[in-house]
Amino acid sequence: MRRFASLRMASAGLGALIVLVVLIAAIFAPLLVPHDPFAQDLNARMVPPVWMTGGGPDHLLGTDQLGRDYLSRLIYGARISMLIGVATVITSGLIGITLGVLGGFFGGRVDDVVMFLITARLSIPLILVALAVVGLVGSSLTVVVMTLGLLLWDRFAVVARTTTMQVRTLDYIAAAWAAGCSRSYILLREVIPNIVHHLVVVATLEMALAILLEAALSFLGLGVPPPLPSWGLMISEAKDYMYFSPWVIMVPGVALFVLVLGINLLGDGLRDMLGATRDA
Amino acid sequence: MLKFLARRALLALLVMLTVLTISFGLTRLSGDLAISIAGPQATQQDVEMIRKAYGLDRPLPVQFASWVVSAASGDLGRSYLYHEQAATLIKARLPITLTLGLCGLAIALVVAIPLGILAAMREGSLLDRAIMLIAVVGQAMPSFWLGLVLIITFGLQLGWLPVSGNDDWRGYVLPSIVLAFSAIPSLMRLTRSGMVDALASDYIRTARAKGLSRAAIVLKHALRNAAMPVVAISAVQLGFMLSGSIVIESVFALPGVGYLGWESISKNDFPVVQAVVLFLAVIFILLTLLADLLNAALDPRLRAS
Repeated sequence: MRRFASLRMASAGLGALIVLVVLIAAIFAPLLVPHDPFAQDLNARMVPPVWMTGGGPDHLLGTDQLGRDYLSRLIYGARISMLIGVATVITSGLIGITLGVLGGFFGGRVDDVVMFLITARLSIPLILVALAVVGLVGSSLTVVVMTLGLLLWDRFAVVARTTTMQVRTLDYIAAAWAAGCSRSYILLREVIPNIVHHLVVVATLEMALAILLEAALSFLGLGVPPPLPSWGLMISEAKDYMYFSPWVIMVPGVALFVLVLGINLLGDGLRDMLGATRDA
Repeated sequence: MLKFLARRALLALLVMLTVLTISFGLTRLSGDLAISIAGPQATQQDVEMIRKAYGLDRPLPVQFASWVVSAASGDLGRSYLYHEQAATLIKARLPITLTLGLCGLAIALVVAIPLGILAAMREGSLLDRAIMLIAVVGQAMPSFWLGLVLIITFGLQLGWLPVSGNDDWRGYVLPSIVLAFSAIPSLMRLTRSGMVDALASDYIRTARAKGLSRAAIVLKHALRNAAMPVVAISAVQLGFMLSGSIVIESVFALPGVGYLGWESISKNDFPVVQAVVLFLAVIFILLTLLADLLNAALDPRLRAS
């Protein structure tokens, strides 16, 4: 297993680099964009990227059907993807970790309730319910984040529960009890710090999933509302033109794929480094 | 075993009730249903009429109780859009989604199991790393985008397959491949880890010591044990695929159950939204129940706990 250790480090490093680049693009978007991502220019519609015939240095990645600069929209789209990813992980992490740790620590009736909640959550058709909520409440960035956060906590709960069960019986927890520590002290200061490396790996998986789901929802027209430059929405708006100009779906699609791949590679690398298990 | 069965059935029943509540509550999220149904041009009078006609003037608990009672007897309500029973609409579209799900699962298994075995046999090798890389790449691929790329490549540029619709079997090829893509990574990982554990166990050492051929050891002894969780997970995966096919059905314009759900959400056809959510959830509950029972039947140790 150690033979390709350098290969592993390289792929984890690549993942970290991708995430870092997208993060920088997201944070400094207003400083980086060559054009206003919302400005339409009907005289410069569907300009191809610079490497294709007809493209020019003014629009490095071309323009869309309304003449908006594709590179600028892509950079602003990074903001939406990262925001969705991070906000969803925070919301779903809080819910899932709380439930999982409580179930794993107390066992018995508490655990029965937690198991029931996890089973119920898993049986709900994820995309359909997310679509229905966004469709009925109205589409906005906040609604998408809240919906995904309320739906994607199951893996956090499963992993937190299993790892808490393993930690609960260890000597240092017994020692803490014997030293007269309070229940909440043990949960917050002894249990959680010792399972957090498993949870970090789950966080990367969930972040990737949330970004993919937001793109899918926006693609179906029930995610982030236009004219926000969500990558999924860009693909959706461009798909009527893809037969003649395939690059209009390639640009946002590749961006999405590369970001999710980067997060997954980083997650795999963290798992190896921190010694966590994939599905605990 | 009996106690296990009873516990498991009780859990499924409780989950079913929760799903009923959720699918009912979901359609009440928009606030006043009658206003949404009546549309923007409706007068106050129209809204009141609709409220009465659809029974929306009754208190919520009464509405919920009547929905649960009729759902239990198979009546999922009438579509506002098609003036047909929601159950009839689902039934008409089910064959498409089911075909898609089963083809997708079959492709996923045919790809994932051999690759998983191969990776396990050469654990730690470059081949193993390469196969696991496929899993990582597969996981990162947005399915709707992969669908569009395949449409452009095989439908448009090569002209081998139709770009959309389900006129004949060829319409199912691309969507099934895309659907399979989402299931391959987890099935492959599971096969690999099961095989790695199995190959390291004592009974394989015994089989080796007896001088059995490598093929016999891998296929007859190791795979039989490693396959158990894969078989069980396949049932769960099928559930995920049936409920996840909504994206792929809309990319390829396949009028299946998922497409029906998407269409009714965008057109405010609440009874159908409710019915599709409930239907897909019930299928998933039954498939996970099946998976658990399969697991228990195959592995006696699980029955005891």
